[in-house]
Amino acid sequence: MVRPYVRTGGRSRPSRDVRLETLVIAAHNPLLQGLSPEARRVLDVCKGGVLAVAEIAAGLDLPPSVVRIVVSGLIDSGHLTAPERRSRADAPSADLLKEVLHGLRSIA
Amino acid sequence: MASAPSREIAYHPSTVTRSAKLLITGPFGVGKTTLVGSVAPLLLRMDESITEASVGVDDLRGTPEKTTTTVAMDFGRLHLNESLVLYLFGTPGQVRFRPLWEGLADGALGALVLVDTRDLDRCHDLLDLLEEQGLPYAVAVNRFDGAREYPADEVRQALDLADDTPLTTCDARDRASCVQALITLVEYLMTRLPPSAG
Repeated sequence: MVRPYVRTGGRSRPSRDVRLETLVIAAHNPLLQGLSPEARRVLDVCKGGVLAVAEIAAGLDLPPSVVRIVVSGLIDSGHLTAPERRSRADAPSADLLKEVLHGLRSIA
Repeated sequence: MASAPSREIAYHPSTVTRSAKLLITGPFGVGKTTLVGSVAPLLLRMDESITEASVGVDDLRGTPEKTTTTVAMDFGRLHLNESLVLYLFGTPGQVRFRPLWEGLADGALGALVLVDTRDLDRCHDLLDLLEEQGLPYAVAVNRFDGAREYPADEVRQALDLADDTPLTTCDARDRASCVQALITLVEYLMTRLPPSAG
């Protein structure tokens, strides 16, 4: 088995707030130079469209903890961008909850 | 179960820019994956490796034995409108899988705790863990075939639920009842918002 820190270039935590549900997409014409094999795989799969960290982990059969770290590194280096710019708040916003509730009611 | 969890790459429509997350938790075998599969059109699986202390953690002679365990985590997603996707993460309720919660609880709106009335005792540690994580939750009794119907107040008492914690029932195989349980949870989450945010 490969230890997680080998796959992530020694990092054991994401450098930014990257969660399982964080959505990302590859930047245009990203450079592959200097990327670890795992980072290349993640970047490759993200070229196809918007995915969450959890979907990358499922699709590539990588542990989600590793994908969180790799994705945060790729955002830092500009290879991935987040379609989402949500401000961090301690409590979920009323608007988001309302939207979730409305969405669930519409499929009930 | 509707379908087996898949490992396909399933892209979102390009209009999707935001995500929200709810946890579906409960004891082993209670029907978490079934519920997620009933509600979400797509059921996916990922594997996490965790290091857990083996038996004898309180051995005072030295460092406890550590073992690495792979835990399968099933999740589903559903698009609530053109820009928002809701994730439902089936989350193992066993306290020994606590390391998993670090990545799961963060950012979650709340949790739906699925319980089996034949085995309510197994839920106490899990409810403690949710309290510890500061994660608001609602409880849904999964109506198993052959399980005796318990009056709600007996279940409340057995689980030592706070008065305002919602308690509902569902059938994990039945989409409509599961969606209704999620609605109950989100309605409860809205009551907990600070007054100024409403």
